[in-house]
Amino acid sequence: MKVVLQHLSKVFPSRNKKANADVVAVSDFNFEIPDGELVGLLGPSGCGKSTALNLICGLQTPTEGRIFFGDDDVTDLPPENRGVGFVFQNYALYPHLTVRQNILFPLQNLKGSDKLSKPDMLAKAREVAELVQIDELMDRKPSELSGGQQQRVAIARALVKMPRILLLDEPLSNLDARLRLQTREELRRIQRQTQITTVFVTHDQEEAMSISDIIVVMRNGVVEQIGKPQDVYDNPVNLFVAKFLGSPPVNIFTGRVTDGTLFIGDDAVLKINGVPNQDIYVGIRPEGFILDRDGPLRCNLNRVEVMGRDVSVISTHDASDNSTIRSIIDAESAADLELSNVRFAIKPNKALLFGKETEARIFFNV
Amino acid sequence: MTNQTDYNRIKQSATVGKTVGNVVIYALLTIWGVMVLFPFYWMILSSVKSYSSYNSEYIPMFFAQSPTMDNYVSAFTAVPLGRYFANTLIFTITTTAVMLVVTIFAAFAFAKLNFRGKNIAFILCLALMMIPNELVIVTNYVTITKLDMRNTFLGLILPSVTSVFYIYLLKENLAQIPDELYYAAKVDATSDLKYLFKVMIPICKPTIITIVILKVIECWNSFVWPRLITDDANYFLISNGIQEIRENGFGRENIPAMMAVVVVISIPLIILFLIFRNKVMEGVSRGGTKG
Amino acid sequence: MDKRNNKGWLYLLPAVLFLGFFMVYPLVDVFIYSFEEGYNSASQTYFGVGSYNYSYVLHDPYFLQAVKNTFILVIITVPVSTGAALLISAGLNSIKALKKLYQTVYFLPYVTNTLAVGLVFMILFKKTAYTDGLINLFINWFGGGSVDFIDGPYWAKMFVLCFYTIWIVMPFKVLILTSALASVNPQYYNAAKVDGTSKIRTFTRITLPMISPMIFYLIITGFIGAFKAYSDAVALFGTDLNAAEMNTIVGYIYDMLYGNSGGYPSYASAAAIILLILVLTVTCINSLISKKHIYY
Repeated sequence: MKVVLQHLSKVFPSRNKKANADVVAVSDFNFEIPDGELVGLLGPSGCGKSTALNLICGLQTPTEGRIFFGDDDVTDLPPENRGVGFVFQNYALYPHLTVRQNILFPLQNLKGSDKLSKPDMLAKAREVAELVQIDELMDRKPSELSGGQQQRVAIARALVKMPRILLLDEPLSNLDARLRLQTREELRRIQRQTQITTVFVTHDQEEAMSISDIIVVMRNGVVEQIGKPQDVYDNPVNLFVAKFLGSPPVNIFTGRVTDGTLFIGDDAVLKINGVPNQDIYVGIRPEGFILDRDGPLRCNLNRVEVMGRDVSVISTHDASDNSTIRSIIDAESAADLELSNVRFAIKPNKALLFGKETEARIFFNV
Repeated sequence: MTNQTDYNRIKQSATVGKTVGNVVIYALLTIWGVMVLFPFYWMILSSVKSYSSYNSEYIPMFFAQSPTMDNYVSAFTAVPLGRYFANTLIFTITTTAVMLVVTIFAAFAFAKLNFRGKNIAFILCLALMMIPNELVIVTNYVTITKLDMRNTFLGLILPSVTSVFYIYLLKENLAQIPDELYYAAKVDATSDLKYLFKVMIPICKPTIITIVILKVIECWNSFVWPRLITDDANYFLISNGIQEIRENGFGRENIPAMMAVVVVISIPLIILFLIFRNKVMEGVSRGGTKG
Repeated sequence: MDKRNNKGWLYLLPAVLFLGFFMVYPLVDVFIYSFEEGYNSASQTYFGVGSYNYSYVLHDPYFLQAVKNTFILVIITVPVSTGAALLISAGLNSIKALKKLYQTVYFLPYVTNTLAVGLVFMILFKKTAYTDGLINLFINWFGGGSVDFIDGPYWAKMFVLCFYTIWIVMPFKVLILTSALASVNPQYYNAAKVDGTSKIRTFTRITLPMISPMIFYLIITGFIGAFKAYSDAVALFGTDLNAAEMNTIVGYIYDMLYGNSGGYPSYASAAAIILLILVLTVTCINSLISKKHIYY
């Protein structure tokens, strides 16, 4: 099922009656989610991603804009008529019901021609339980399950009525680190297997990048960028997206362009074409540095962290926005690093330029 | 696109359903609200009707044609309402004050001091919470009679002082204060007593206020014990007073005057409640049942 | 350590004295009284030990009347008031506007003097030579005949007593249930909504089980409270409850102690212990049932 969001906006009236400043949770959200894809809604907390999810679900109604599932306009439909499955952040499993009863619960709500016979319901419940691999736990209460198992039950309950869209709110945030890695693979597998269009919300960029087909980066209710994870990582449209994606994060410098040369501080690091003279921000990914005795970027070496195949070189530069610069170099070329000074060359395709005022991406030719 | 009309219908019926639901809910709530308020309205209304006009209304009227305050005057002159009030005030204040001292000391001992037999003593205390008042009132009545303390304030007050529940409530609150505070005070050579009054009581002020309010309500409305222990009208509290007035005052017929008495009796607590609304409701929901 | 030992008890001393003298000692004493036959409160003598007091009380028609009244009161007021409180709390929880006002109003009966407001109920229901009373006016409007609810037939008096009792106990129940309902995590309701659960099903399958501990708490305290009913009856029918056929068990205890029929602490003790046994039994049955039905 394709999902189309048109000019979607959600404004909450201000709670502070004096200030009278309404809170814009989502502003002019346009997006077409292709059928069967896994979409990650990504952004810092308070960016409106959960509101966007609630709008798609129908738990909240948009102030403006339309929502289509396929060709159906569902904007004003209550959630129960939209055919969505929702996995809540805290799972919202009914504590007084067993796993089986929890999974059966949505099926028992069906009315009229959709109504299922008891054996059919049980069969369906078993089917999804097997899909998420909890068929052993059917007679337990939620309180007797681990976090990861509760998560699976919540997914099973959302899937059992064969929703057109599956929505997940911070599905992994309540799990410990190890379980999180495991569960996100699981999530990916389940989505692949069921082919249900899935939207999940997260503040963890690594999580979003690792399993999404498409990621949507949001800030302050505004969609900053939509695209395949690798595309967004390689080509962020602005400074915010560049900073938000990537671990370790991108290194930001203040620099300027003068007559076709990119300066970081006093170091002329690259020849670039097509950019008028101006002050800019330069973002360089950790993997964008090449260790070079004659390289143009002169930094003070701080320390070297060995990570196995690669090393992470930590240095400082006067023009750096961050306190340290972190670059990732393969171990062999860093073998003889001893000097207090270290010089780098920059890979042109890993250098990102942003306007000083607009913070928007500036493209250049080498 | 045939689906679209279907959706519109669903949407419409959802909106209609919600409005109807709201109307029903508000109607229900308002009906109960009226049932709660009506006796109050009726007592005020009746209290401003004159005796003759009240008695001439074979069919009661919902408003007073010529409101009068005479009944309030006679409430304080024809029956000793002022004395009942004063008695109740003395009883309430003394009982609450003594209760507070006893409770604070006991709660402090249970929460912060270590002594042999503490746990057993506390469990016994909790067990006493289950004992219905009716069970001990028989002996207390005999005791007070034997001590010749009927028709005295001492007889009224002494058995009404202790409330295990309040000791428990305050102990729970005191126990939440980190022990580090106590040790810090010890290091600074603060005495236990000083620590209790300078540190713990200020911290637990909300709970103490709650306890005081609950106890005041309890004292103000207490009826059973005063009825057993007093038969001299000079020592009647308002509850007994109103019963006495009903049976012997105003020639038993003067309903408007009685209603004036009822209004006067009801007002202090209602004002207290409206001022401390949140405290009262919080305190009551933490476990105070009436009586 | 030894010094600390004394100190703790020193702080506890006032409480121990009060509790010991007015709760623990009476508790023991009441059992003793209840077995002392022919106790004379003037001379403080008795001439035997046995169960005669119990047998007297259990054969006293006034006591049987009181037991009957108390049971009727319990069986009617506890379910009705709990159900009504649940309905009102659910309504209260689903509105935003005026919620505080309604809550405040609903709580008013709690802070009123039972005896004083009972007088108002009496004049609302009472039929006198001058007037049939307001309630009878309503009944007349709907075509019914006037009934004297205060001095009239048994069922009419019982109706007023139940009605007034419910009016008095509602604030506590509404308060407890409203906060219980508000403490249910709204995510459960969202989950139910997404799954297309009907309002009624959400209420019976999610809300009720979630607040079931509180409901059972209210039922138990309601039973205990109703078993100890007394002031409400006095407020409506005056102190001579036996004459009005409206006495309660607690009323019987007090009448045995004091008043025209008073002076029999032994009978009062026996009645008090019978009351205790009744309350304990009902509480135990309640807890057993609740164990089966509470989901946590």
